[in-house]
Amino acid sequence: MLSRVAERVYWAARYLERIENTARLLSIYDKLLFDLPKSTQLSWYNLISINSLEEKFEERYSIKDERNVVKFMIADETNTSSITTSLNAIRENIRTTRDVVPEETWELVNELSLYVKDNIKLGINRGHRYEFLDEIIKSCHQIQGLLYGNMAQDAAWNFLRLGRNLERADMTSRILDAGVAGVIETSVDDNAINTHQLIMGHVLRSLNAMQSYRRHVRTPVDSKCVIEYIINNEQFPRTITYCYNAMHEAVTRLPKNKAVLTHLIREDTPYQADSPEKMGAALRDHLNEIQIHLGDIHEHVRQNWFALQD
Amino acid sequence: MIDPNTLGDSWKHYDTKNLFDELMSSPGNARKPARKLVSYLKNLTPEAFAAHQMAAESTIKETGVSFTVYTEEGNIDRAWPFDIIPRIIDKRQWDTIEKGLEQRLTALNMFIHDIYNGQKIIKDGIVPEFVLKQSSNYRKECEGIKPAFNTWAHICGSDLVRDDKGEFFVLEDNLRVPSGVSYMLENRSIMKRVMPDVFETVDIAPVGDYPAHLLEMLRSLSPRKEAKCNVVVLTPGIYNSAYFEHAFLAQQMGVELVEGADLVVQDDIVYTKNISGLTRVDVIYRRIDDLFIDPDVFDKNSMLGVRGLMRAWQKGNVALANAPGAGVADDKVIYSYIPQVIKYYLDQDPIIPNVETFLCYEPKQQEYVLKNLDKLVVKPANESGGYGMLIGPHSTKKERDHFATLIKANPRNYIAQPTLSLSTAPTLIGQSAVEPRHLDLRPFVVQSDKTYVTTGGLTRVAMKKGSLVVNSSQGGGSKDTWIVDTQGGE
Repeated sequence: MLSRVAERVYWAARYLERIENTARLLSIYDKLLFDLPKSTQLSWYNLISINSLEEKFEERYSIKDERNVVKFMIADETNTSSITTSLNAIRENIRTTRDVVPEETWELVNELSLYVKDNIKLGINRGHRYEFLDEIIKSCHQIQGLLYGNMAQDAAWNFLRLGRNLERADMTSRILDAGVAGVIETSVDDNAINTHQLIMGHVLRSLNAMQSYRRHVRTPVDSKCVIEYIINNEQFPRTITYCYNAMHEAVTRLPKNKAVLTHLIREDTPYQADSPEKMGAALRDHLNEIQIHLGDIHEHVRQNWFALQD
Repeated sequence: MIDPNTLGDSWKHYDTKNLFDELMSSPGNARKPARKLVSYLKNLTPEAFAAHQMAAESTIKETGVSFTVYTEEGNIDRAWPFDIIPRIIDKRQWDTIEKGLEQRLTALNMFIHDIYNGQKIIKDGIVPEFVLKQSSNYRKECEGIKPAFNTWAHICGSDLVRDDKGEFFVLEDNLRVPSGVSYMLENRSIMKRVMPDVFETVDIAPVGDYPAHLLEMLRSLSPRKEAKCNVVVLTPGIYNSAYFEHAFLAQQMGVELVEGADLVVQDDIVYTKNISGLTRVDVIYRRIDDLFIDPDVFDKNSMLGVRGLMRAWQKGNVALANAPGAGVADDKVIYSYIPQVIKYYLDQDPIIPNVETFLCYEPKQQEYVLKNLDKLVVKPANESGGYGMLIGPHSTKKERDHFATLIKANPRNYIAQPTLSLSTAPTLIGQSAVEPRHLDLRPFVVQSDKTYVTTGGLTRVAMKKGSLVVNSSQGGGSKDTWIVDTQGGE
């Protein structure tokens, strides 16, 4: 498989994952804000902080309100994580790798691009935002389903998995981090316990993990259990441990993989959120380390397989 | 609202004037191979007709069939313009054209091989030497090279036109990197989606086997006789107008689509850069012009090519299709000699004639051309895509004066041809009218030790009333082309 094609497939997978996560985050965020007591500090701007986009955002907007945040996350072409930019990137990557993914991938990606282009206003205004984002999420599922059901499990497939799980692990760590930050911010409030539950429930919903959490943990949503579930659970495909295992499996099946395998290994003693500290500042450090580690893995993947040797 | 009567009227009053129409023999009467189609179309309500066209257009958008117009900055995805009324040719007539195309490409390949190996045809005085020496597509780097089967032009797209009597002519040969075949294939698959009922009743020859024949030909060129030889398609990248086609063909053949940066030459052997290291390449179907394939030999600033590729080819370590230098035979001055070329190598008369051509370097012919600029089409000898042409009857005095200066300054670089009364076919105009529009046909011929001709080809249509310019880069559209077996003819 060509190095260039491998790189583009890997990025297509990352962007596809990014779109789905962004759409889901936006689609349920207002529900959280509706539920929280009016006195809490959480705002739409949190979505910008989660993705470390503060600087980019402030270059473009001075008012940190819902409309600007949503516009920035959906339609802004200077934001490399916006849905529009990510879709353009997927299109360019799929356009140039159409020979290694199922033929219909290109068609579905085109349909999704056209849909987003034609309906972008629906996403920015509140009235139909949910339908708009829901359509995007469903299209992402459709594309993932096409890939899962129709693609040979070859090198291209493993680069897709690698990209998908790396991006997913990164997103999961950010969403959890934002939840924890919210918990810390609201800890002085009288309604704190209830608020914490709301926020952690929202974290689970952002990851589409509520149902499986309930069945697995069988306790009401509480911070300790949610944190440990999201980091340690091996079955749910958006937990950090699951993503690491999936990356490991994908890399094992790729040629010339030694250097990357060595870097993939992380101290994998399960994370214990057994003190207020480990549900707070220590956890945030831990998540930050994971994000740095993921960046490091990406760099090794790039050097090992994508950097063209002349 | 669409007036329910207009469409029917449109067919009844369809005026073929004194031109040859591909589908209609007289207003309201279809030719035999087109009868079933025309009666199907006549019975469509205008709404259904418009719905068919819309279905076709949205299919094109969704499947991303696109091409690039260089003047539209930033937009590399113009949807492919398509008209849903197909163009139909009777199978018996097509069989003759097929033979003519095979004959022509066989002679062209013998000519190119001779040009780079001995030049007998020049010594025998059939083609003048200076024509060749001044051809911008002659490559001295190719002298003495003997590619597999002595074949240089492996894929040829010749443009055919029909005159007011319906006779076929070759207008030009494209021997460098002819494009359009993917649109021929896509047009067919769109038509099958849009009008499945017609395909059930009309005996239409399939076109879908082109990629298989192309791959078989490419494999036959491999210098290594390995069961699994490595064929790749080399593209200049997404900004090339035919990128869609490069990707399409690679995908249909199941081979890798590579860019120059994906290839590397070591010890005169070409490799692809892979995730596991280097893999040797045997055959390159290159869609990059000669001058950009190797910065060591040709354009030094080319970012598209591969350093050392020419040497690897000269040493016979890799096959290139089409071979470098093949373009020497699609020079439009050389074109005018092709009937003699066919006679010289094959001792046969050409099955498909050339269009009458005036050579501006011949003083008498130049005089005639300059006097009749308002009636002629003037073309530069080495351009493609319909660029740099003068269409006399549609030109202004200023344009004609400009061309007169150009011709006098560089007569070898210009030819002129009479303005042909190109054939027409019914085309949907707006939402509710069917009118005649001029068209041409580009069949594709694949040749190594065997020859394969596409069934039909790509029909291009000038969407503007009266216009003769069919190039998609200049507002042309396209139609599906049906070779129909009527078992008995007209």
